[in-house]
Amino acid sequence: MNWETVIGLEVHVQLSTRSKLFSGTATQFGAEPNTQASIYDLALPGTLPVMNREALRMAVRFGLAIDAEIGRKSVFDRKNYFYPDLPKGYQVSQLHHPTVGRGSLTITLEDGSERVIGVTRAHMEEDAGKSLHEDFHGMTGIDLNRAGTPLLEIVSEPELRNAKEAVAYLKKLHSIIRYLDISDGNMAQGSMRCDANVSIRRQGDPELGTRTEIKNINSFRFVEKAINYEVMRQREILEDGGRIIQETRLYDSDRDETRSMRSKEVANDYRYFPEPDLLPVVIDDAYIEAVRAELPELPDQKRERFVADFGLSPYDAGVLVSSREMAEYFEQVVAICGDAKLSANWVTVELLGLLNRNNWEFVDSPISARRLGDLIARIKDNTISGKIAKTVFEAMIEDQAEVDAIIEKQGLKQVTDSGEIEQLIDAVIAGNPDQVQQFRDGKEAVFGYLVGQAMRLSRGKANPAQVNQILRDKLK
Amino acid sequence: MLAKTIAELSRALRGGELSSVELTRAYLDRIERLNPDLNAYITVCGEQALAQAEDADRRLAAGDTSPVCGIPLAHKDIFCTEGVTTSCGSRMLANFVSPYDATVVEKFNAAGAVTLGKTNMDEFAMGSSNETSYFGPVKNPWDTGRVPGGSSGGSAAAVAADLCAMATGTDTGGSIRQPAAFCGVTGLKPSYGRVSRWGMIAFASSLDQAGPICKSAQDAAIMLNVMAGLDERDSTSVDLTVPDYTASLDQSLEGLRIGIPRQHFAEGLNADVEQAIRAALQEFEKLGATLVDIDLPNNELSISAYYVVAPAEASANLSRFDGVRYGYRCDNPLDLEDMYKRTRSEGFGDEVKRRILVGTYALSAGFYDAYYRKAQQIRRLIKQDFLDAFKQVDVIVGPTSPHAAFQLGAKSDPVAMYLEDIYTIAVNLAGLPAISIPSGQSNGLPVGMHIVAGDFEEARLLNVAHQFQRATDWHSRKPSLSGEDAK
Repeated sequence: MNWETVIGLEVHVQLSTRSKLFSGTATQFGAEPNTQASIYDLALPGTLPVMNREALRMAVRFGLAIDAEIGRKSVFDRKNYFYPDLPKGYQVSQLHHPTVGRGSLTITLEDGSERVIGVTRAHMEEDAGKSLHEDFHGMTGIDLNRAGTPLLEIVSEPELRNAKEAVAYLKKLHSIIRYLDISDGNMAQGSMRCDANVSIRRQGDPELGTRTEIKNINSFRFVEKAINYEVMRQREILEDGGRIIQETRLYDSDRDETRSMRSKEVANDYRYFPEPDLLPVVIDDAYIEAVRAELPELPDQKRERFVADFGLSPYDAGVLVSSREMAEYFEQVVAICGDAKLSANWVTVELLGLLNRNNWEFVDSPISARRLGDLIARIKDNTISGKIAKTVFEAMIEDQAEVDAIIEKQGLKQVTDSGEIEQLIDAVIAGNPDQVQQFRDGKEAVFGYLVGQAMRLSRGKANPAQVNQILRDKLK
Repeated sequence: MLAKTIAELSRALRGGELSSVELTRAYLDRIERLNPDLNAYITVCGEQALAQAEDADRRLAAGDTSPVCGIPLAHKDIFCTEGVTTSCGSRMLANFVSPYDATVVEKFNAAGAVTLGKTNMDEFAMGSSNETSYFGPVKNPWDTGRVPGGSSGGSAAAVAADLCAMATGTDTGGSIRQPAAFCGVTGLKPSYGRVSRWGMIAFASSLDQAGPICKSAQDAAIMLNVMAGLDERDSTSVDLTVPDYTASLDQSLEGLRIGIPRQHFAEGLNADVEQAIRAALQEFEKLGATLVDIDLPNNELSISAYYVVAPAEASANLSRFDGVRYGYRCDNPLDLEDMYKRTRSEGFGDEVKRRILVGTYALSAGFYDAYYRKAQQIRRLIKQDFLDAFKQVDVIVGPTSPHAAFQLGAKSDPVAMYLEDIYTIAVNLAGLPAISIPSGQSNGLPVGMHIVAGDFEEARLLNVAHQFQRATDWHSRKPSLSGEDAK
C-alpha cells in the first residue's frame, strides 16, 4: 500500500538579544543557576513586563526575510499552566495576532529540485526555566536563567513530505536566522529546538491522518531519524488495522525510537487571554521599511549572485551559501586570489573537510580566508602545483606563518627552470630504457608513467605542464 | 495635632513648630494605643519610621520644599516595601519580605514622607468589607461593630482614626472609594495608567489603580502630585504631563454641569444616603453648578462584567503563588501536585479561591466567548455610556455606596457583597477617575459622595471636591474613639 507522509515543523528559535523579552536581565548561556534571574523573571509579586524592542525588530526581520505578512498590531496573550520552571504560572505568548503571519521559504532537495514550503506564522514568546531532576535527593532543582529568554516560534504548514524535506527546511531556516543574525541557531545548546508533527495517509486521501508530535529534537540528524522512525511506527500500526493516538512523543536518540510522553486527548486547556500588563504592539510602514532596509543579502539572493557573477554551478553556490560564515569566507578568498572556481573547490572540499573532521566552526579555522586566498594565488602563478598546495595546506594547519614562508621553509616551491627540468627528464629517460622503448613503439599510456617518475624525482615540485612538454620533446 | 491635614502639618513642620520625629512618635504612640482594637495595621515599622523622620527633619532644616517631607503615611499592604513584610492580607505572603520598593513607595520615600507601616486589607484586595483578611477584620473607627469597607479598609480606618496623616490605597472595583465613604475620609481613584502599578501586587491588572486616601481633597491633590506619572517599568502607565493638582483647586464652580445618573438613585439606595447626597447636590447648586439628569443605561451590567473580567485576570495573576519560590508552602508535600494543591488550598482564603475558580471557569475552552469576550464587549458599552454623558456634563455625581457601613458579619452571601460596588465598578471598567468625599451622615455614620470625571481629569475632580469641602465641614468630622485622649 502506498502511504504519503505529512510533516509540519514547529521550530523554537532563541533570539540573540542581550536581554530577556520582558526584563532587562542578561541572556548569556551557561551562567551559574539563577544568577540571571531578576525579580520579574522570578515572578515576584508586583513585577511587570516591559517588551524588548530589539526582539520585536528581530521578529520583523525574520518575517521580511520569508516574505511574510507583518502584524501591524500584534497582541501578547497569557498561556496558563502550572509547572515549577514556569514562574508566573503562565507563559506570555501570542495566540491570535502574531508578529509574523503567513510567509514561505524555498528548499532545495538532493536532486537539485526546489520546493516552496509555507510558513503559517511566527510568534514571539518567552522561554521557561529549566528543571534539574538530578542531584537534589528526591527534589527538583529549578534554574530560571533561561526563563524569559525571547523565542520566535516558527510554524510551518503541513507541507513537508518526508524526513529529508524536513531536514532541508530546518537547514534553510537555520541558514536564514544565521544570515539575519537573530539567533546563534545552536541546536545542541537549545537555541534552536524542533518539534515535528507527523502523520501518514493513503496516497490520494484528501483527509489528514491523526498526527503525533515529537518534541524537542536537538539535531538535524535526529530530526531525520525521529521522523523516519515515527513514519515506520505509524505505518506498522495502520497496516495492522490499528489506530494512531494523537499524543506527544519524545525521541530517544540512544535507542533511536520515539516514546509516548503524554496523551493530547487529556490535553491542557491553556485558557489563553490577552496579557493585560502589555499594550498591543503597533508598528507602521515606516518601521517595517526601516527594518527592510537593514536586511542583509539572504542565502537565495547570494546563491543567484554566485552563479551569475562567479560562474559557479547552482549546486556549488548552494553549498557555499548554506552557511553565512562559509559564504563570507569564500568571498574573502575570491577577493584575494581572483579565481572563484578554484576557491569554491578549496573551500567546499579541503577546508570544509578539515573543519568537519575536527568539529570546528569557521571561526575556529586555523587557516584564515586570507591565507587560503594566498595559497590559491600561488597555484595560479605557478609557484606551486595543486598537489603541492595540499601539502602546504596541511602544513598551514599547524603553522600560522604566511603561505610564502611555509613554501620557502619546506622547499616546496615549484621548479619552473627548464634546465633543471631537462636534467630531471634526462635522468628519467636514462633510468627507464624499457619504458622509453615501449613509448616509442606507440604505447602512449607509458607516457604518464614517465611523467610520474619525473615528478617523483622532483619530489612533486616540478611544474607538471613543463614536465609534459619537455618530456614529449625529448622522446620525439 | 494628629487630625490635621497634610497641608497644615507641612506648614507646622516647615515653620519649625514641630519636628517630623515628634510627629512620627505621636502617631506611633496612637497606633500602639488604638490599633489593637481597630486592626488597621498589619505591620508597624517604628524604627524605620523614626529613622526616616530624622532624615526628613534634616531635609526640612535644609529647606526642602516637598509638601510631604516629614509627613507620616501608611501604605496598603499590597505595595511592595523593601525589607518589610508585604502580605497582601494573605497567609500566602505572610512571610514575604519584599526585596524591592513599589514605584509609589519609592516616590513617597524620595519626597521625604515617613512610612509608619502597612495597612490591613481584604486578602489580595478581594472584598468590600475587609473581612477576608488573613489578619482579621479591620474595625470601623465610627463604630467598631461595623466594617470599614474594603478592600483598602485598613488605610481608610487609619486615616479616619488619625493613625496616620495619609495613606495609599488601591481600587479595582471601588476599593479606595467605598472604604473612604464608610470611614468618612477622602479617597481618589485616578484614571487607569495615571499611577504606576509596578510593585503593586496585581489583582485584576486591567482595572487596578493606586490612589490616595486622606483627610481632604487638597491633601489628595498633594498626594497625587507625588504618585502620578509615567513609569518605564509599567507598560500601561501613560505618558501624559502631570499637572500640579493643587493649582486648580480654587477655581469657581460657576457654570459647572453636574450629571445625576438616574440609575444611581434607584431601587436599593438607602433613604438617608439619598437625602445626604441630594442635600450635597443643593450645596453644589449654591456654588453655581447646574444639575442635569443623565442615563448610564448599561450600569446594571457592570457587576456581571466585572465579576468575569476581574476573576479571569486574577486567576492568572495568582498562579505565581505556587509554593515554589517564595511565600507559603505546605508542610511535607508528597509530590509536585500535592504541593500545588495543599499550598494553594491552605495559603488562600475562601473568597480568593472562589474568584480563582470563577475566573478559571470563565476562561476555559468553550466558555471564553460566552463570558470573557462578552464581558469585554460590555466594558466598551459602559465606557461609551460615560463618553456620551460627558458630552452633556462635566462631572457625574451620586452616592459612593447604597448605604453606610454595615455590621461585621452582616453579609455572608458573596453576591450580596459584590453588589456593594454597584456605583463604583463601572468607573474601573471604563478606566475613569473618581473620588469619594464625606457629604453627610446616616445614623451617625459617614455617607460618601461619588464624583466621576472624564479620562485624566483628576484636576477637575479635585477642584469640585475641594470647593465642596470649603463650603461644608463633613470632611472635618471625626469619630469619637474609646481610649482616645482629649487632644
